Amino acid sequence: MKSVILSTVVRLLLPLILLFSLFILLRGHNEPGGGFIGGLAAASGWVLYLFAFGSAEAKRALRLEPLHFIILGLTLALGSGLFSVAAGKSFMQGVWLDAMVPVLGKIGTPVVFDVGVYFVVIGIVLKIVFALAEEEGR
Amino acid sequence: MSLLTLIVLLGFLAAAVAPALTSLLGRRVKFVLVLYPAGTFVALWLMVPQIENGNVIVESFSWVPALGVSLSFLLDGISALVGMIVSGIGALIIIYAGGYLRGHAQISRMYALLLFFMASMLGVVFSANLIGLFVFWELTSISSYLLIGFNHERLSSRAGALQALLVTGLGGLAMLAGFILMGMVGGSYEITELISRADVLRAHEFYPAMLLLVLLGAFTKSAQVPFHFWLPNAMEAPTPVSAYLHSATMVKAGVFLLARMMSILGGTDWWHYAVSFAGASTMFLGAFVAFYQSDLKRVLAFTTVSALGTLTLLLGLGTEEAVRAAMLFFLVHALYKGALFMVTGSIDHETGTRLLDRIGGLRRAMPITAVTAIVASLSMAGLPPMLGFLSKELLYEAKVQAPFASFLLISLGVLSNALMVGVAALVAFRPFFGKMKDTPKHPHEAPWSMWLGPATLTLISLVFGLLTAPLLGGLWNAAVISVHPEASPVALKLWHGLNEIVALSAFTVLLGLLLFWMRDRILAVIRPPAFLRALKAEQIYHLMIAGTLSFAKRVTAVFQDGLLRHYVMFVTLVVVMFGFWSLLAAGPIDLAEMSGGLHVHDVIIALVMLGGALMAAYSNSRLVVIGSLGIVGYGISMIFLLYGAPDLAMTQFAVETLSVVLFVLILARLPRIKDIVSNVVRVRDGVIAGLAGILLTVLLVIATAEPLSSRVSPFYSAASYLEAKGRNVVNVILVDFRGVDTLGEITVLAIAAVGVFALLRQGSKEGKP
Repeated sequence: MKSVILSTVVRLLLPLILLFSLFILLRGHNEPGGGFIGGLAAASGWVLYLFAFGSAEAKRALRLEPLHFIILGLTLALGSGLFSVAAGKSFMQGVWLDAMVPVLGKIGTPVVFDVGVYFVVIGIVLKIVFALAEEEGR
Repeated sequence: MSLLTLIVLLGFLAAAVAPALTSLLGRRVKFVLVLYPAGTFVALWLMVPQIENGNVIVESFSWVPALGVSLSFLLDGISALVGMIVSGIGALIIIYAGGYLRGHAQISRMYALLLFFMASMLGVVFSANLIGLFVFWELTSISSYLLIGFNHERLSSRAGALQALLVTGLGGLAMLAGFILMGMVGGSYEITELISRADVLRAHEFYPAMLLLVLLGAFTKSAQVPFHFWLPNAMEAPTPVSAYLHSATMVKAGVFLLARMMSILGGTDWWHYAVSFAGASTMFLGAFVAFYQSDLKRVLAFTTVSALGTLTLLLGLGTEEAVRAAMLFFLVHALYKGALFMVTGSIDHETGTRLLDRIGGLRRAMPITAVTAIVASLSMAGLPPMLGFLSKELLYEAKVQAPFASFLLISLGVLSNALMVGVAALVAFRPFFGKMKDTPKHPHEAPWSMWLGPATLTLISLVFGLLTAPLLGGLWNAAVISVHPEASPVALKLWHGLNEIVALSAFTVLLGLLLFWMRDRILAVIRPPAFLRALKAEQIYHLMIAGTLSFAKRVTAVFQDGLLRHYVMFVTLVVVMFGFWSLLAAGPIDLAEMSGGLHVHDVIIALVMLGGALMAAYSNSRLVVIGSLGIVGYGISMIFLLYGAPDLAMTQFAVETLSVVLFVLILARLPRIKDIVSNVVRVRDGVIAGLAGILLTVLLVIATAEPLSSRVSPFYSAASYLEAKGRNVVNVILVDFRGVDTLGEITVLAIAAVGVFALLRQGSKEGKP
């Protein structure tokens, strides 16, 4: 079911979808969006890629195992909470930088936490989809 | 200064870095790791003068202030005493384990687990908060589980480990319930606070419940009858573990808990009878069973059970003399039993067996080990000039002056102690004297790392016996006062002059030697295993485990037959049943209140969704069903969007899209709908689904008819930007206000993903999806 149109479009779309997912992730603090939706959007992009090129190719392009996304995300989320403890506040109490960072806006532990959620969601969706797709191919 | 907190946290840190250090330093790592327990021991030793007169040092950090849980530690007499036992013997065990497991591929795991246990145990000992104590208590159970199952490829190791975990875990849960009751009645989880409200607790109607629950925790941990059976089975652990956890420290946690609870829950008839009865029966049963064991390690295990019974009995009596005897025996037993276990490990290590019938005449081959074993046995038998003699004198004194059943206690005590003397003689003579026997390995002396530990402990038993008052008096008196505040300090002396107690001692020793002499003849006549098998408490454990498993199997067979559609049906059915039941119980509902106009686009979306739902229900094509369900989902997203929940709408869109994708992926593997769904099934499912829909509608109508509680929403809107610096309230709640919930949720999701993966893999291995 290789389709030239699909693969061409996906090749162009994937970077845009990923960029868009980052945009959703980062605007989440003030506007609708956030790590969960951003993660789903990014995962959808990869699922599209998988449909166009097959799971082996998608895995290669992704570089990291989906499980590693999950690990990375959980570590970031937990680490952001523990960072607050190290900074002398209680677990998961927000710690913010005073200065504004260009493009990203305000930076603090909740943002890191949200990035963690983003990666966990990508990892989970892709782990399941890849497993199903390989099952299908067998 | 927060020394105690530092000690406990450093221990966990040491456990975490132990594997890396081991691969870095190799065999020398034990000299680095030993610094932690040794340093702890010295620090505690230096703190003793500060607490000698009954002072208590308290450190506290707020942990979950909303629940009154704080990470608080205290140092008083008993915690210093037990803390020094844990760290002192711990240091020797680290060295010993290095020799015992020399060259073992997983020695780093042993070091890490031993240190992990050490830190948890010190946490139990220093805890000043009941919830903190419970957490550390469970950590000791878990490290014990991992250590018993160290040789995890052996079935008996795994079974012993699981049994220990289940028994102590069950007790731990009961104890938690008891603690919560205590906290409810006493208004605090801090031990010092509870002590000041002890009268309120003891007079409360919940008192028997909380006492029994806490006792259940203590008795399972300290292997009291009828929960004693896990301890001998825990001997599957490598010997350093048995010497450390299952004789000197962890099993004493229950006794320690009793001592801690005495000033809160003690002093009542309930306490006296329940605790003394359990202690006395354990004391006798342990000694009796120990006498006819043939495996040296099991012999020692049962004498440990007996010693734990003695300690429990003393705390049950609760008199000044009894507490004095208990505090001394606590130390004495740790010293000699730790030494004897390590000696057993050395024998096992050097000869390849530890069965009493197969070893003998080892005194030439292993002279240091032999001397150590004999001297340690003297302390066990309670002979002068060892510290064990002193503790036995105090023990008899406490029993003679017991407030009730004194004669019975003395008879039982003498009999148990005589059996202990017999066993001590057995341990001291059988392996080392008599004819050399053919052992699996050619015996020779153990390396220095393996005799240093037992020799040191034995030497301490001897030196403390001779110089008790100057070396030990202060700490011992402080420990007594911390358990029994009205006690007055006394001086410890080795020789009290000739009195009835010395006479009792002499009689005990003679009887014990006689028992040793006649052991073979006694065993030939009564053959205890045969008649004891009938009343083995372990059978109850096995019956309970088997019963639970078969019950679970039957329930699973009915409700979870492997067909996902049936799972969904059962879940929906239960929700519908309980939902309508509670609605009916709530009385008549006024649906007429429903108001508010409908827009044209609302109606259109609703109709489209309805069409999608009907299509999904009637179609025979999977593809149509999936598409129709997608329509319903997108309709819901539209409604979210129209009613001001863009975050929800975006999520719903994404989730709907991905679920359609997932379905498409597995489409080809699913059976055709016609083949599995008859018309009867369709009607049945339709009814259930319809009922669920009606229930949800009614619930929604009721919920919206109530005026919205208006405090939550404005609070979050206001606090969102001020406290969390974000204007999107939904997201701020997710990542900040309720961040811990989200952390839990993503963790569950991650586990679910791994589960899905594992299930798919398993399915493909078995050749079916």
